[in-house]
Amino acid sequence: MPSLSVNIGGMILKNPVMTASGTFGYGEEYAEFIDLNRLGAVVVKGLSLKPKEGNPVPRIVETASGMLNAIGLQNIGVDRFILEKMPFLRRFDTKVICNFFGDSVDEYVHAADVLSRTDGVHALEMNVSCPNKQAGWCVFGTDPAVLHNVVTAVRKVCRIPLIVKLSPNVTSIAHMAKVAEGSGADAVSLINTITGMAIDIRSRRPLLANKIGGLSGPAIKPVAVRMVWEVFNAVKIPIVGMGGIMTAADALEFLIAGARGIAVGTANFVNPAATVEIVEALEQFLVDEQVNDVNELVGSLRL
Amino acid sequence: MLTVQPLQPATFPVPGQFYMLQAGASYDPLLKRPFSYLSAENGSITFLYRIRGKGTRAIAALREKETISLIGPLGNAYPVPSGEFIAVAGGIGIASLFSLFGAATGRATLFWGGRTAGELLMTETVRGLVRTAVITTDDGSAGRKSLVTEPFREYLAVNAHLPVYVCGSTPMMKAVAALCSDAGARCFVSLEAYMACGVGACLGCVVKIRDSENHEGRFRSVCKDGPVFDASTVVWEGQ
Repeated sequence: MPSLSVNIGGMILKNPVMTASGTFGYGEEYAEFIDLNRLGAVVVKGLSLKPKEGNPVPRIVETASGMLNAIGLQNIGVDRFILEKMPFLRRFDTKVICNFFGDSVDEYVHAADVLSRTDGVHALEMNVSCPNKQAGWCVFGTDPAVLHNVVTAVRKVCRIPLIVKLSPNVTSIAHMAKVAEGSGADAVSLINTITGMAIDIRSRRPLLANKIGGLSGPAIKPVAVRMVWEVFNAVKIPIVGMGGIMTAADALEFLIAGARGIAVGTANFVNPAATVEIVEALEQFLVDEQVNDVNELVGSLRL
Repeated sequence: MLTVQPLQPATFPVPGQFYMLQAGASYDPLLKRPFSYLSAENGSITFLYRIRGKGTRAIAALREKETISLIGPLGNAYPVPSGEFIAVAGGIGIASLFSLFGAATGRATLFWGGRTAGELLMTETVRGLVRTAVITTDDGSAGRKSLVTEPFREYLAVNAHLPVYVCGSTPMMKAVAALCSDAGARCFVSLEAYMACGVGACLGCVVKIRDSENHEGRFRSVCKDGPVFDASTVVWEGQ
């Protein structure tokens, strides 16, 4: 049997397949459909220090081969997550990665501190695609200096592997990846959703209450693959690739472009068993292609 | 109408629950669509739907013996009434209430409205399952020419002790909920919402629901915490 195990910033995963934050709840929502033990990691819905209500509805709208969402980071908060959701997640033989965010550097630091000291949390994923209250609501992940500050501050308190999830809504994602690496990130994950908009032509109103939202699904996959390849050429730390992965073939594109891990997002909504089916088909591909170790594929793009 | 036979052993649905359905393996439409089940017997599940967009067009294009992908049964259920009850349906909203009529045959007084007669499907079958059916249409092409809330209001005035079950458009459900609140009648609504996952993960289909601690309401998932809610807890703003 080929080896599927990968090392993401010091964390050993049994296979490269993870869930994308925000598409898999806190794990329990999908536990009745699949065996969570089969996954490389479960990445939970983004957490903030305090619970967050999120945006008004409509929050989602389907577009050609994709969907726009403006959920607004609704979550139960770090404390309730640890109390109510972690006992369930600890029962599984998979890595638990906590996605988190804040609207100030202090909030990021505080949330990272608490989560990284929580038993059963194996790594943190920092969502930097949210607005910074202290800096006029500019997005943390789109300004290199702001990104450097927040990652450096979180790094000081985070005792476990730190993954920085990069926004694609920038001129050079490779540059932002270098900033994250230089600020102490153990890995980067990309891409977060691409900002988009859809309009009802009869009422001439935006289809989302928030007006704009994040595009995900197969529509964004070529953009994501391109960005993973650019980042692979720019940094030495491992990459978790995501954006429209529906099948093992999609996942393989990301691995070949340079991702060491991959995350399945919107596909979970369409097929709750998508992650496990991708693990199985990935293994079969390695057998068929006589590849002994999935790591041989990482960044194996031929030019 | 669509009848499916699960390829694997499936859980039996209870009235009020729904399924996420998708015909074909295309990425456009990408997401499954939620549908109330109409009936479930002899191992097969039947759905009643109206062609609205790409998703339902793909379902309508299915031929016999083709496969369809589904997730379910999902969501909570109507509390099955112990005695007589009132049902209010708007158009295709009858699909959600139909299974309740099956579980409590002959006990419902139904008020069923549509824009035209063409929106009211399977009327004879429905009549056979309820105690009385009062039909209304906006254009008078079937039943009384009025909004469905008119005859319902008259009936509720003398029958406010009966529980009320509603499924239809949001304005209709909101109006029925207000009438029930004024009359002091228990009212259960089955809500409809844009939905991506159907299992409480995406948080796309939320609605504000009041509880004892929070009168302003907090977001609950229509798919997981609903689709059936006590109407007195629903915050209707922003719908």
